[in-house]
Amino acid sequence: MAELTMVQAINQALDQEMAADPSVIVMGEDVGKDGGVFRVTDGLFDKYGEHRVMDTPLAEAGIVGTAMGMAIYGMKPVTEMQFFGFIYPAFQEIVSHISRIRTRSRGLYTCPMVIRTPYGIGIKALEHHSESTEAYFVHTPGMKVVVPSSPYDAKGLMIAAIRDPDPVLFLEPSRLYRSLKQEVPEEEYVLPLGKAKIVKEGTDVTVVAWGSMLRIAMQAVAEHKEANAEVIDLRTLSPYDLDTILASVQKTGRLVIVAEAPRTAGLASDISAQVAEKALLSLKAPVERVTGFDIVPPLPMGEHLYMVNEKRIIQGIQKVMKF
Amino acid sequence: MFDFKAYNPLEKKRLQILSEDGTLNEALRPTELTDEKVIELYRLMSILRAMDQKGSSLQRQGRMGTFASSYGQEASTITSTFALEEKDWVVPAYRQQGALIVRDVPLKNFFLYYKGKESGSHYPEGSRILPVAIPVGSQPLHGAGLGMAAKLKNDPVCAITYFGDGASSEGETLEAMNFAGVFKANTIFFCENNQWAISIPRSKQTAAETIAQKSIAFGFDGIQIDGNDIFAVYAATRAAREKAINGGGPTLIESFTYRLSDHTSADSAKKYRDPAEVEQWMDKEPLKRTRLYLEGKGLWDQKREDELANEVYNLVERAVADMEAEVASTVDEIFDYTFAELTEPLVDQKTYLKQFFN
Repeated sequence: MAELTMVQAINQALDQEMAADPSVIVMGEDVGKDGGVFRVTDGLFDKYGEHRVMDTPLAEAGIVGTAMGMAIYGMKPVTEMQFFGFIYPAFQEIVSHISRIRTRSRGLYTCPMVIRTPYGIGIKALEHHSESTEAYFVHTPGMKVVVPSSPYDAKGLMIAAIRDPDPVLFLEPSRLYRSLKQEVPEEEYVLPLGKAKIVKEGTDVTVVAWGSMLRIAMQAVAEHKEANAEVIDLRTLSPYDLDTILASVQKTGRLVIVAEAPRTAGLASDISAQVAEKALLSLKAPVERVTGFDIVPPLPMGEHLYMVNEKRIIQGIQKVMKF
Repeated sequence: MFDFKAYNPLEKKRLQILSEDGTLNEALRPTELTDEKVIELYRLMSILRAMDQKGSSLQRQGRMGTFASSYGQEASTITSTFALEEKDWVVPAYRQQGALIVRDVPLKNFFLYYKGKESGSHYPEGSRILPVAIPVGSQPLHGAGLGMAAKLKNDPVCAITYFGDGASSEGETLEAMNFAGVFKANTIFFCENNQWAISIPRSKQTAAETIAQKSIAFGFDGIQIDGNDIFAVYAATRAAREKAINGGGPTLIESFTYRLSDHTSADSAKKYRDPAEVEQWMDKEPLKRTRLYLEGKGLWDQKREDELANEVYNLVERAVADMEAEVASTVDEIFDYTFAELTEPLVDQKTYLKQFFN
């Protein structure tokens, strides 16, 4: 089995899906000859040509809005937003049309497409390149939202996203693009959307994380030996796998949710509310959220202050353990 | 072959074939638009007018919600969709119920949607018309994408997308034309310039002399036509279609027309519009003009008008009766189309709501 980075794993998923299904096309800014600014689509242009790997004008609403028209016509566009922070011009198309054409037409028209984008903080990037605003999209009926935390997951989830009959926002933690390699099977495989993964079993506290936070959480749990933590990788943020979280909390009695996004009305808040509603009597301590803050993600010289680190996660675990 | 270059929008030309008094410029008449088809267009426009009138009346009685009438713009919408083939895609804004009529979507669907049920937008399989788009200027991108797909698949199919003079200011409309230009999409951008975006006149929407001129910036043909003239609308749309399916790329057609009604049933144009202007446009309205033409040719008289009025009345009344026979939406109906398969959270929420209403 080859060791791949997340960039390579997603590239392989795209390549294999394009080879298997001629209706799959890739479109976005610089995705063609340049292979994307992070090289996720590298080589696809040479292999599949300009009609299936389309360099588009620089206009995000244009990319996803035309992709929707193409999806209605029977194609499966995989679109790239160059950075998550640049997705906002496309917001209306996503919220008003892409996510609801099935509802609006009572199933006559559907929009099976993927919107991929680098996501999250931690690469000392320019302003607007560190966004974790997944909540906007999790809050959007008709959209699925996926965040892989490893190369292996990225491939299986991407293949599932492409084959899904509904639109999927696929958030790729840019911090993980090249920072870890993992054995990834050459053959195609699907990781089902909407299913979380228990990455580490434990008995004392449940730690839920996704994307680049998963590794930080795993490091924290490894360092903090006083508690035997169970770690859940959410993998899909919408619809998220509440059953797996509830089953774990019923076992451990404690919950720490780790999210790099702003704190208020984020997904961590929703998970916390759901657990309070459905598993209150299992809880031995209040749910703890370890999150980003309700501020603009700071520029690189302040990034370390904002980012969730192992120490904050350990503090969160200690807090629920001591309660 | 129709030559768009002869109507260079920078030269302020406007294509008119049938004048206000019903006189036809025979030299410019599209041969495909036979008198038989003119009679059919007159019939379709009459249905649309009656449907809009009925809608306004139902809205005032509280039997239907707010909607946007196409009064005065019948030739523009009806004829442009009519000029296409059935396999072509239609991407409407919210004032193109005329396109539904042309595509044989039951009239009931129109009334039902505006009464407040999503199934009004469930058009018959294969009708290739998208649901009404209410966010202004958000839909031309879908027309561009459909036209791009047709081009990629080498299908002799085009897409027409409608929008108004107000929507010509929206970024997404401009992105749509830009994409279509770059990819030479099989797309017709059909701007129904009805002179008013609610209370904002065309002159305050853009400093450009015409909307058709905007096509120049995107690198494709644009033409301003008399939108109340079925011959002009047919000729331009048909030519744009022929061009599109033969690899010639998109066209912007500015259909110069006038909204004789209020913006929707929820405003009063008297507040911002000079009644004299409306009066003036009453003389140019499309049904009157088409009827003058047909009468001039000895193809129409009061008897036929009465017969048509009777047919249209019955069609509309039956549609309204069908709409009124519909019951309120169910919990299943409001949940079940969110995804191909309901997700677990949605199953939970639906179960709760069903229990609540039991």
